[in-house]
Amino acid sequence: MIAKPILTPQEAAAKVQEGDVLMSGGFMGCGAAHTLIQALKAQGTRGLTLISTDTAMHDFKTGNVTGIGHLVQDKAFVKIIASHIGLNQETQRQMNTGETEVELVPQGTLAERIRAGGAGLGGFLTPTGLGTEVEEGKQVIVVNDRPYLLELPLRATVAFVKAKLADAAGNLVYAGTARNFNPMMATAADLVIAEVEEIVEIGALDPNQVHTPSIFVDFLVRAERLDM
Amino acid sequence: MEYVANKDNIAKRIAGIFKSGDVVNLGIGLPTLVVNHLPPGVEIILQSENGLMGLGPAPAKGSENWDMVNAGGAPITVMPGGCFFDSATSFGIIRGGHVDYTVLGVLEVDQDGNLANYKVPGKMVPGMGGAMDLTIGARVVIAATLHFEPSGASRLKRHCKLPLTAAREVNLVVTDVGMFEVMGGRFRLRECFAPYTPEWIQEQTDADILIDTDVRMVDLAGVL
Repeated sequence: MIAKPILTPQEAAAKVQEGDVLMSGGFMGCGAAHTLIQALKAQGTRGLTLISTDTAMHDFKTGNVTGIGHLVQDKAFVKIIASHIGLNQETQRQMNTGETEVELVPQGTLAERIRAGGAGLGGFLTPTGLGTEVEEGKQVIVVNDRPYLLELPLRATVAFVKAKLADAAGNLVYAGTARNFNPMMATAADLVIAEVEEIVEIGALDPNQVHTPSIFVDFLVRAERLDM
Repeated sequence: MEYVANKDNIAKRIAGIFKSGDVVNLGIGLPTLVVNHLPPGVEIILQSENGLMGLGPAPAKGSENWDMVNAGGAPITVMPGGCFFDSATSFGIIRGGHVDYTVLGVLEVDQDGNLANYKVPGKMVPGMGGAMDLTIGARVVIAATLHFEPSGASRLKRHCKLPLTAAREVNLVVTDVGMFEVMGGRFRLRECFAPYTPEWIQEQTDADILIDTDVRMVDLAGVL
């Protein structure tokens, strides 16, 4: 196995350019690549599209901002595709004023669209969203007398994923509920950058325990911050 | 009769529905209170849509592990025998009919089983999160809500006006005045909670309420 390049957070952020579609793993900041997010914030790239299940937190009362919310605050995104923005008042504000286009997608549909994007599928059929606004503009396909919505795959230019542990080849192991969207996102982007807390030698991981196979990962970055 | 809002009574009654081994997903807010009222000896398996089966109680202060949170982002523990999985698997579990009950909070629920809880256009747009998948996939959908809005209007409606989270998916509605089954385009009152009466509930609710012929009168004051 060949070792993957280990980048500094700054080198990794430089892979992201204006106009890119960025997938960011994590669920309310748990399992998000906080080091990469801060490096991208420092770089100041704008005009991005974000695909993430939520936009973490931004509370106007306390001024508390977490995770990918730091990039929303800097208006880094022209479009956000997410399932839940309820704890980020800034995302809601930008959506209501029209500054940022927000596409709300049911969480299971979002996960499966990303999975489809990485698995070479042309989409999938789901009953989720039938009879709601989610159905608008979508094709309804009947299979065995039951209606389903045709949902299309999602891919990105760059994915920021976060794992607990990697070997130098880029095999990844996640911890707890920090896994969430990371495994699917690692399959669905042209360039995958994995932020990890620990890197061990090739051969040191039990192959039975690997969650994301190394071939999906292009670069490794050492986590420098774990805070939300 | 004076109405006094009582969230605990809702949680108490819902907790009494489950039997050991049931797989249950509890929504954020009011539904999470249900775990405080599970009868002794009843062990349910809590699924959390962010990728966990076997959700345990909150950790003691100082021993939080931030790699383990619930769907609200709060730190949790995992029960012995529990396990983690990714979000695609989690929603496969949900849509695939492997969750027995989902308990959700509501903004509006109507007599056709429609539920709205993710959007108030122009005002509040939190997003649906996992609620649309949960209401489609869970075997039984329980709407948990205070019976009245702060304005005094009942949350049980003839027709939801807000954008729907779920179309015709709600099976049971448990409020702090009673338990209703959604059936044939009506709310069928199965249980009436003390001190309210079926007639009072019918009067105060702007929806078609059918009083079940064997409606049970229940006093939740003595329930843990």
